[in-house]
Amino acid sequence: MTADAAFVAYHRFGLGPRPDDMERAPADMRAALVAELAPAALRLAGDLPDSRAAYGTLRDDQMARAERRAEAAPAMAEGAAGMAMKNGPSAAHRLYRAELAARLDRVGRAQIGFVDRLVMFWANHFAVQASKGELVRGLAGAFEREAIRPHVLGRFSDMLLAATTHPAMLVSLDNVLSVGPASPAGRRRDRGLNENHARELLELHTVGGDGGYTQDDVVALAKILTGWSFVRDVEAEDAGRFVFEARAHEPGTQTVLGRRYAQEGRDQGEAVLRDLAGRPETARHIALKFARAFVADDPPAGLVERLAGRFTDTGGDLASLARALVEDEEAWTGRDKFKTPQLFIWSALRALDAEVEPQMVIGALQALGQPLWDPPSPEGFHDDRATWLAPDAITTRLEIAERLAGRAAIADEPADWAQAIFGATLSADTATAIARAESERQAFVLALMSPEFQRS
Amino acid sequence: MTDGTAHPPLFRPSRRLVLASLGGLAAWAQIPGHARAATPADPRFLLVILRGALDGLAAVPPIGDPDYGALRGAGALRADEVLPLDGFFALNGAMPRLHARYSAGEALFVHAAATAYRDRSHFDGQDVLESGMGGPRLSASGWLNRAVAALPVAERAAPGGLAVSPTVPLVMRGTAPVLTWTPPGYKPAGADTAARLLDLYRHSDPELADAFARGQEVDALAGGMEKGRGADLAANFRRVAEGAARLLAEDGGPRIAALSFDGWDTHANEGAEDGRLAKLLGALDQALDGIAGGLSPVWRQTVVVVVTEFGRTARINGTEGTDHGTATTALLFGGAVRGGRVLADWPGLATAALYQGRDLAPTTDLRAVLMGVLRDHLGLDARTLATRVFPDAIGVRPIDGLVA
Repeated sequence: MTADAAFVAYHRFGLGPRPDDMERAPADMRAALVAELAPAALRLAGDLPDSRAAYGTLRDDQMARAERRAEAAPAMAEGAAGMAMKNGPSAAHRLYRAELAARLDRVGRAQIGFVDRLVMFWANHFAVQASKGELVRGLAGAFEREAIRPHVLGRFSDMLLAATTHPAMLVSLDNVLSVGPASPAGRRRDRGLNENHARELLELHTVGGDGGYTQDDVVALAKILTGWSFVRDVEAEDAGRFVFEARAHEPGTQTVLGRRYAQEGRDQGEAVLRDLAGRPETARHIALKFARAFVADDPPAGLVERLAGRFTDTGGDLASLARALVEDEEAWTGRDKFKTPQLFIWSALRALDAEVEPQMVIGALQALGQPLWDPPSPEGFHDDRATWLAPDAITTRLEIAERLAGRAAIADEPADWAQAIFGATLSADTATAIARAESERQAFVLALMSPEFQRS
Repeated sequence: MTDGTAHPPLFRPSRRLVLASLGGLAAWAQIPGHARAATPADPRFLLVILRGALDGLAAVPPIGDPDYGALRGAGALRADEVLPLDGFFALNGAMPRLHARYSAGEALFVHAAATAYRDRSHFDGQDVLESGMGGPRLSASGWLNRAVAALPVAERAAPGGLAVSPTVPLVMRGTAPVLTWTPPGYKPAGADTAARLLDLYRHSDPELADAFARGQEVDALAGGMEKGRGADLAANFRRVAEGAARLLAEDGGPRIAALSFDGWDTHANEGAEDGRLAKLLGALDQALDGIAGGLSPVWRQTVVVVVTEFGRTARINGTEGTDHGTATTALLFGGAVRGGRVLADWPGLATAALYQGRDLAPTTDLRAVLMGVLRDHLGLDARTLATRVFPDAIGVRPIDGLVA
């Protein structure tokens, strides 16, 4: 394959090339991508807290702040903002920043980064919203490590169960508040159902908005999910872990999408999730979203069909799905995708071999509208041109490119560097712009903002 | 010495530097005492790099040169558009504040100066300007850092050097400790980069071009329309300059700093009189004024050196701009400068006198200027300068009498 294929592989399926990557790119990029689909690529270095530890930290911090607030009550004129300033960032923000630092480290180390792209895709598919509250912000990284990452080469049904039972998701979609009206807890406390998680589970996570479900299905699923919560007692052995609270669970048989579920307790929900994962509507929904994320805003129908087929044939094996994508001729055609802000930043950092502080990246992603694990809705971030190719977005991207270019750790001449990064894909216009730049920094900026770097 | 003869491209370092005109000579003669004064106590030094290659013939036009008008054609500045310096040279009309400082004896221009670099790549040119070496990519450290490292520790003040940028530029890289600082809200993205990007998109990607052009319109509306550009630029320059000056003026602060202003690569529609270059020079004028203001308590101990990687073509090109050239102008500015004069071994602008038939010929090695300042202002001895700071400036000697 030509250098062009390497460029497409790195930008479309990976995290973008580092300065030496294109030169060393293997002849068969498809094989190289498939080779990354191995458990070794899933392992993470570092010792970030799991959700149990993170939960403990978050609760301790909340309690400590509550105490300080009580002590400072007479001097509250300063307001909450003043307090936060005085006491430094909350544990949630510290955890979030540490997670982002780990992400930056991972982005720098990944070879092509295909597995990491899969992690990002699936974490966005099962999106939690950090701004929902401190708990979600502080647990978002653990969510990705515990519920998403271990399953990106495994079965969709396992990922669905892991994501649905994770405290970050249960809090983000309010299921922890939902109580079966006829359950012991519901009868006693006059609390009821919250449909949020059930609706998104159908509309976003599995069969999709046109998956043929009705409001009755949503209510039935919401009832099935009642009692799915997590252990809040910080002293408990399994604090911050999933728990099935029988007292809040709506008793009785429920019907979802025409199928009756008579199981007791947690088994009922697990049975529905298994069935939803296996439905053809889910296969189509996932296949379309997958092809759209990597290949084109409006992906070839044949490609989507083949991906859905592979998903169904393998019982939702996600490694097979990823393989089917890169082995498909149509997945390598066109040049339609405009990079999302996150992909732009990850690939820019890799191309420039740049080291930056997590806070700078947090600010940049915020400015570009794609903060990590914090989409505007449970739907996750869109990945199409209509969303990102906005006038304001490009001027902001230019400003951020300037900042990143100031961090370039490149010893080569910009022209040589551009040749290494772009290979045969470097257009004459871009090469000229780089050669004529008035400073190295400007050359890097123009390269990062060039059409070939912005599109994949 | 407007002798009109062709000059070889290499420097003749031992050559005596003379002033370009009678006016200049008069100014020179008025400076009392030629003996080297002792270095001032607690000196301040600020290096300003103009990235992109300043057109020295537009910043300090040699209006007395008989070939100047013909070379520049419609782009030539007329006597009534400029501020007089010494009768032969003038200052671009966009720099009235600097002109006042010149009249007060606080600014010295060196003309027809160049580094050792003789090709036309910005990257390599800036590399040579900052490394202080004889060619590109010969050193991972910069001359200013090596100068800081060579200072007695007591004299360099606690924090070492200061780079007014998000990262340390080559000129400040090396073994001596360096701080970096940028003003809050600092926006590095210059209008020039945006214009180049829009041009690239227009050639290759209509969809991006359209989105970007509309984004710029919105920005312009938000930023106060037409006027915004120049005002923005000046405000940005000034913010950086004043911040740097304040830090240098601090009692316990750094004594040696470097900053850069971008955007000098004026290939098209240069606008030396009222266009882009005039705006840039106006912004620089304000920035220098801000530096003088911020450093006023220690102004008598201050030297600011303004340099660029190389000059621009002597002739105007086909797009009313100038392309990459060779020799250009440098500026020494500050209360410690023996100013009010233009220092040049003027090579002339006759075609035969131009370097490779196209550029102002280099007659002064910029390193000789820098060595003179480092020796007489910071007190570095000639041996240290020749071995550590500019190790391959063989035969280049410090110029005497640049600072009081």
